[in-house]
Amino acid sequence: MRKNPSDPAAPGPRRRRGERIRRIGLPYLLLLPALILELLVHLVPMVIGIVMSFKELTQFYIRDWGTAPWSGFDNYKVSVDFSAPVGKALLHSFFVTVGFTLLSVGFCWLIGTVAAIYMQDEFRGRGFLRALFLIPYALPVYAAVITWVFMFQHDNGLVNHVLHDQLHLTDKPSFWLIGDNSFYALLIVSVWKGWPFAFLIVMAGLQNIPKELYEAASIDGAGRLQQIRRITLPSLRPVNQVLVLVLFLWTFNDFNTPYVLFGRAAPEAADLISVHIYQASFVTWNFGTGSAMSVLLLLFLLVVTGVYLVLTSRGRRSADV
Amino acid sequence: MSSSSLTRSPMAPPRSFLWSRRIFLTLLAGFVLVPVYVMLSSSLKPLSDVTGKFRWLPSGLTIRPYIDIWSTVPLAKYFVNSLIVSVAATVCSVVIAVFAAYAVSRYEFRGKRVFTVTVLSTQMFPGILFLLPLFLLYVNIGNATGIALFGSRGGLILTYLTFSLPFSIWMLIGYFDSVPKDLDEAALVDGCGPLGALLRVVVPAAIPGIVAVAVYAFMTAWGEVLFASVMTNDATRTLAVGLQGYSTLNDVYWNQIMAASLVVSVPVVAGFLLLQRYLVAGLTAGAVK
Amino acid sequence: MRSIRAAAVGAVTMSLALAATACGGGSSTGGGSNDSPKTLTYWASNQGASIAIDKKVLQPELDKFKKQTGITVKLEVVPWSDLLNRILTATTSGQGPDVLNIGNTWSASLQATGAFLPWNAANFAKIGGKDRFVDSALGSTGATGKDPAAVPLYSMAYALYYNKQIFADAGISQPPATWAELVADGKKIQAKGKQVLGAEGANVSENIHHTFVFAKQHGADFFTADGKADFTNDGVVAAVKQYVDLMAKDKVIPVGNAEYAQNQSVSDFAKGKTAMLMWQSASANLKSQGMSDSAYGIAPIPVQSGTPGTGAQVDSMVAGINLAVFKNTDNLDGSTKFVKFMTSDAEQKILNTAYSSIPPVKAAQEDTAFNTPANSVLKNTLATSAAALPQVADESQFETAVGTAVKDLFADAAAGRAVTTASVKAELEKAQQQMPAK
Repeated sequence: MRKNPSDPAAPGPRRRRGERIRRIGLPYLLLLPALILELLVHLVPMVIGIVMSFKELTQFYIRDWGTAPWSGFDNYKVSVDFSAPVGKALLHSFFVTVGFTLLSVGFCWLIGTVAAIYMQDEFRGRGFLRALFLIPYALPVYAAVITWVFMFQHDNGLVNHVLHDQLHLTDKPSFWLIGDNSFYALLIVSVWKGWPFAFLIVMAGLQNIPKELYEAASIDGAGRLQQIRRITLPSLRPVNQVLVLVLFLWTFNDFNTPYVLFGRAAPEAADLISVHIYQASFVTWNFGTGSAMSVLLLLFLLVVTGVYLVLTSRGRRSADV
Repeated sequence: MSSSSLTRSPMAPPRSFLWSRRIFLTLLAGFVLVPVYVMLSSSLKPLSDVTGKFRWLPSGLTIRPYIDIWSTVPLAKYFVNSLIVSVAATVCSVVIAVFAAYAVSRYEFRGKRVFTVTVLSTQMFPGILFLLPLFLLYVNIGNATGIALFGSRGGLILTYLTFSLPFSIWMLIGYFDSVPKDLDEAALVDGCGPLGALLRVVVPAAIPGIVAVAVYAFMTAWGEVLFASVMTNDATRTLAVGLQGYSTLNDVYWNQIMAASLVVSVPVVAGFLLLQRYLVAGLTAGAVK
Repeated sequence: MRSIRAAAVGAVTMSLALAATACGGGSSTGGGSNDSPKTLTYWASNQGASIAIDKKVLQPELDKFKKQTGITVKLEVVPWSDLLNRILTATTSGQGPDVLNIGNTWSASLQATGAFLPWNAANFAKIGGKDRFVDSALGSTGATGKDPAAVPLYSMAYALYYNKQIFADAGISQPPATWAELVADGKKIQAKGKQVLGAEGANVSENIHHTFVFAKQHGADFFTADGKADFTNDGVVAAVKQYVDLMAKDKVIPVGNAEYAQNQSVSDFAKGKTAMLMWQSASANLKSQGMSDSAYGIAPIPVQSGTPGTGAQVDSMVAGINLAVFKNTDNLDGSTKFVKFMTSDAEQKILNTAYSSIPPVKAAQEDTAFNTPANSVLKNTLATSAAALPQVADESQFETAVGTAVKDLFADAAAGRAVTTASVKAELEKAQQQMPAK
């Protein structure tokens, strides 16, 4: 990857060779800025993080972490010893996170796609609705989640006001921010915040589907649903492939929503792994264990991503490459 | 609803579709708007009423919070900081992503797959853990070269643009792939260089995708809290972090947080309202000449 | 394929090289120097009603300091949400301020990093000696037996705030002095349709502050003398149970408070919904919520029996802010001078008055400004019946683990599940296992 062209402006006589180099070198040159930046801001810190995971990096050593003693796989052993409390809590948190992520991504994608498809045709107020739907995405996370906290309050919140006081669906007000319901509270907030992004991306993706395809299909007598199934969804495939994966990765690693919603001690039912790791590192000042947990997470996500890409690319590669 | 579009195309939607659309979009708008409404009404309440019993029609409204927000924290300064950082990060991120995505979409070269997967993998590491290494790195670069990356807007711009870069590249690869290759080959034959083909043919055809990616890059920078909280100081603090200035040791000015959030979101939503027509231009409108 | 491998090797090598430089980062500066004697950077915590107000309070004082010493102090007021993370990154990278405020409960943990200048006898002598400070405040400046990592700057204590009107309506003539009295008064208050006592059941720190006091009153400690976590001894279990029972059994804390973590209990009190609140320095807060000073009274937090004092009569933690100096400052003399200035009698009076806290400096406490009824309760508490939270390096872990356990117990109580000695012990057992093994 490092062999970018050293002399892009080759002199006249060797023009043909210069051109060849340029042709081969051009893609690398185009990739170079992205590569350097990602290397600097993500990959190098990631490697440092991996190094940290093999150290006993508690508050006694953070001031000069080069001198922190190597601890081998100790941090990992603590994390995956599922019979001990730390490992057990991590495993629990992992399963909660997986369940939460799958549901949240599913809903975000579904709502976003349905809304985008419904809003494909021109109708009055479409532009307005489009901007309106992006409000949850535009509002500062902190304020938006705090608003939900107020809405979910046991005594004074809107949710209990509607469910209990007005609709009489529950026989007494429920707790949403503590106990088992907290999982649903978290899910609702996450979907509220996340679906506009799916909507935005799918909406843009829909614009690339040539109208002629629909016209041809409707002349063939295909109904709306059939058009969606036979044209829209297959055409969205490349967009969806990335969208779903990225939504998954983000939701899995989302920190702000649970942290603002529950503070630094999340209820067990909604104990997401990002907050868990934050607790294991920043709050308890044990960056070694936190890093080890992150590396385990990274490995898991790498595997998931790899499997996902192989599964979703199979059809695609044979179709268009 | 669709009476305004007089072109009676052969695909005029059936009635059932219109009704289901109405119901779905109404419910969705409700879901989106209820918290916004709560936010708005909280922002108009005196502090003691914010956590009080919810009422659809609040009593005792005041616009005081909207006056106080400007003096409690330097909101205007934070806003300008956020704007500079987000716009710069967006522009850089989109330009770099366009080049990279073009390379991946149009060229066969060694290491292509490694590049794309590596770039995507950067989305997997929890931010909370590479915060510390990154900070160390910036400090060391600063010590070695004299380029101040931490505490400056530059460092923040650099960080944010790499946050949005991976997804932007991946999305744009998809968009560029869907622009027919014949188009830029035609441009190449016409004497444009590869970059000419990119700028004159591919980019215009992929405008919806680029706008979507730009909106995403902007929002990523606009809303980021964690990195901004340690990498900025008094002078460079951004909005997302600055909002927390409304909560002090003993006091939390909920009404002002809500008011400030709404105020700063208005330009963003308005900007989107202006941009959104580009989301629907593009291939369908322009490229198939 | 070969080029890929080469690229990978290159990337890894480069990363490691950078990582190695990063390692070298903070190490070069072992002690302080006096390389830049004319400037100082100071991170202040957000003590006033807003950051803007803090600047307004502090800037004139910094100007005074400049006039006296010729040193310019660059002030940054850091919001609470960022302060600890900023300190940690500053510690790790060596890139921080010269002087800074820290929450006094962080003292021992931060002391363990070795990033702060230790306040040994020689350093204390430069600021007028250790005995200028109140003992209880000094107790919260680092692990016992070690030189303090910081110097007390502002002190605060918990007190019982009570609504005079509700008390009058319920026929209660004076605030409860013991928990039994509080529960009995609660019945009278509930008869008038009001809530009794507010609490932030989901706020980890608040939970710790209160259970710590209850533990003291049961003659128990969360840590053994040699610093080992001991959360499951009978005294601690009884203490935690007594606190949670205020909701579960005595029903004086309303169940809704189990989820409070956003100061809702303060606004409930300000609105006259609840009759009592245990808080530190609530006055400014209550005023901004629209409650006038004359509407509430301030009394010491109840004890088991008798009156507040030391030992089992402790009724508050020592809350407050300490001032610390970064060891690798490049203006060591200036930093010490600045600490001396900030802890001088005159500045202590000005600053603590502005922030409605109590000066940890004995001479400054004598000032009449701290003799108002509210302040004299707090002052008295600090002087006679407040104790410092455990000064151990694992304080932060302790807060999180035990605070979460109490939060979960409150959640149980709110859901109507029984809170028994066994269930309390089980939660605390879980908390203890999360503490780092030694």
